[in-house]
Amino acid sequence: MIRLEDLTKIFRTPNGDVVAADRVNMEVPEGEICILLGPSGCGKTTALKMINRLIPPTSGKIYLDGKDTSGLDDIELRRNIGYVIQQIGLFPNMTIEENICVVPRLLNWDAKRAANRAAELLDLVGLDARQYLKRFPKELSGGQQQRVGVIRALAADPPVMLMDEPFGAIDPINREIIQDEFLKMQSEMKKTIMFVSHDIDEAVKMGDKVAIFRAGKIEQYASPDRILAHPSNEFVADFVGADRTLKRLRLLTAEQVARSDAPITSRSTKIDDARQALSGAKARIAVVIDSDHRPVGFVTAEEMTGASGTVRDLAHPLPATVPIRADLRAVVSEMFAQDTMWLACTDDQGRFAGVISQPDVTAALQATYARDRNTPEKLEAS
Amino acid sequence: MPATGIPPKSWRRHDAVAWPWPRATLFLVFALGIWVSASGLVDSIVTYREDIVYLTKQHLVLVVSSGTAAILVGLPVGIWLSRPSMERYAETVMQVFNIGTTIPTLAVVALSMTLLGIGFPPAFFGLFVASLLPIVRNTYAGLLTVPSHLKEAATGMGMTRRQILWRIELPNALYVIFSGIRTALAINVGTTPLAFLIGGGGLGELIFTGIDLMDTGMLLAGAIPTAALAVAVDFLMGQAQLHLIPKGVNPLR
Repeated sequence: MIRLEDLTKIFRTPNGDVVAADRVNMEVPEGEICILLGPSGCGKTTALKMINRLIPPTSGKIYLDGKDTSGLDDIELRRNIGYVIQQIGLFPNMTIEENICVVPRLLNWDAKRAANRAAELLDLVGLDARQYLKRFPKELSGGQQQRVGVIRALAADPPVMLMDEPFGAIDPINREIIQDEFLKMQSEMKKTIMFVSHDIDEAVKMGDKVAIFRAGKIEQYASPDRILAHPSNEFVADFVGADRTLKRLRLLTAEQVARSDAPITSRSTKIDDARQALSGAKARIAVVIDSDHRPVGFVTAEEMTGASGTVRDLAHPLPATVPIRADLRAVVSEMFAQDTMWLACTDDQGRFAGVISQPDVTAALQATYARDRNTPEKLEAS
Repeated sequence: MPATGIPPKSWRRHDAVAWPWPRATLFLVFALGIWVSASGLVDSIVTYREDIVYLTKQHLVLVVSSGTAAILVGLPVGIWLSRPSMERYAETVMQVFNIGTTIPTLAVVALSMTLLGIGFPPAFFGLFVASLLPIVRNTYAGLLTVPSHLKEAATGMGMTRRQILWRIELPNALYVIFSGIRTALAINVGTTPLAFLIGGGGLGELIFTGIDLMDTGMLLAGAIPTAALAVAVDFLMGQAQLHLIPKGVNPLR
């Protein structure tokens, strides 16, 4: 857990005092990622660097796991906090192994234990230890260096990590991949992480909580969904963007919205039976599935009216299907691409898992607004 | 000779890995040419054999002692100037050093004679001063060019200042520092013959006496070993730079 109490930094410059952080109060619960977000010069990096005292605070307190850190020695404190910077900062004179082992060696681990740890961490990010341990940073690609930068901070297994735009220097494709990898690692490690970013998409993706900074003050501190649905003021609304509702699409998966009880039928079903089943379910469309329960087509109620024979005669092929685990942004994008109001969803094995429609999506986005209007406090707490 | 920074890629590899051969070859051709055109000289050079051995020893003592002293003093001074506490004064001090560099080495040697008289001490002192400057300058500049994010990462990971200096700053500045030492020793070896002028001995004795007596054999008996020594020292420094500097920070590897 990280708790900041009235944390303040005033830089004294020849042109007068500059308040970089103004009585910042916040708490990051154990095992969560908190994103500090804001335009440049808003004080987010200053707030972060005060935690490991790269910038000494002017006043205020910092608690790690409930303990006031002001009594701790700088060096001691820093060795127990993982630190990742945007420029990666791998030491060019050291091999990858030596880089990863810096903090373990500072903590007097024996060489063998540190070496084992380095190999284990490299494997964790999908780099072959035998191949990479003895290489130098300049022999790695940017993405690989960034991965090493992250695992170097994890080497001594610190409970708390500070990350200063850790994925800022990588190309967008690799950034997505590394972000996903990191989230997967985090789901097992459960570190308490403070993470500086200026990218709202990254914040929505990575953060359990997001703190929006302006001129050294926190404008809003809440879950990404809450910030997107209910920006507390004009500044936050502007900062997260006019498309903030669209950004929320990323926070929901098709699984949360799709109707798994949508009517299904098979090719060999008689049209009469299918039509009755549809009117019983008060639906207009039935998805046709094959013997492996895979969606292969659809039939509509209108076309079946007055027709005879089997479903096979009237079935249309499906324009596309989406994985049930996809986020709503991907689903909506597919709907727009196919010019359709609904899509069939499939599970990991390709079997039919439900139907998702545009009204379902908009209703799901609207539900947060309606729900929040009634019980805003409760959501804030969750 | 680049005093600071890493040489551009186009010629740096050629410069240090392959250089001994073109220059050594040139030297051989040069020596051979002399030998062919005036083979009578060889005999007269050989007559100075004992002088050559004796004076080369003197010469080497001067080079090694003044060079070592310059390294031992120059490195700590360069490090000290690069510390954050010296930030305000370091540039001024470096300006003084830079002005010092512009004084011709012959003038430095002459000035040290006026201070210390004649003999070994003024020669040692003059050579020491002449070779000190590049070492200080490159150590200082090399340490300053270590990227600040490396220092930030090291600090953030909990290294002490001393650990940052030894494990991060010095290894990453080593290439530039080494270039400074190499320049300094080149200046040192090249200036040492002047030591004779203030009674410091060395191979300059044969060279200058040879000039005065118009005795080409005597002159060459001093000049050839001096030239060979300069080439040898530079070659050794090049090899040391190639092999002693860790792979990760060595642009030659």
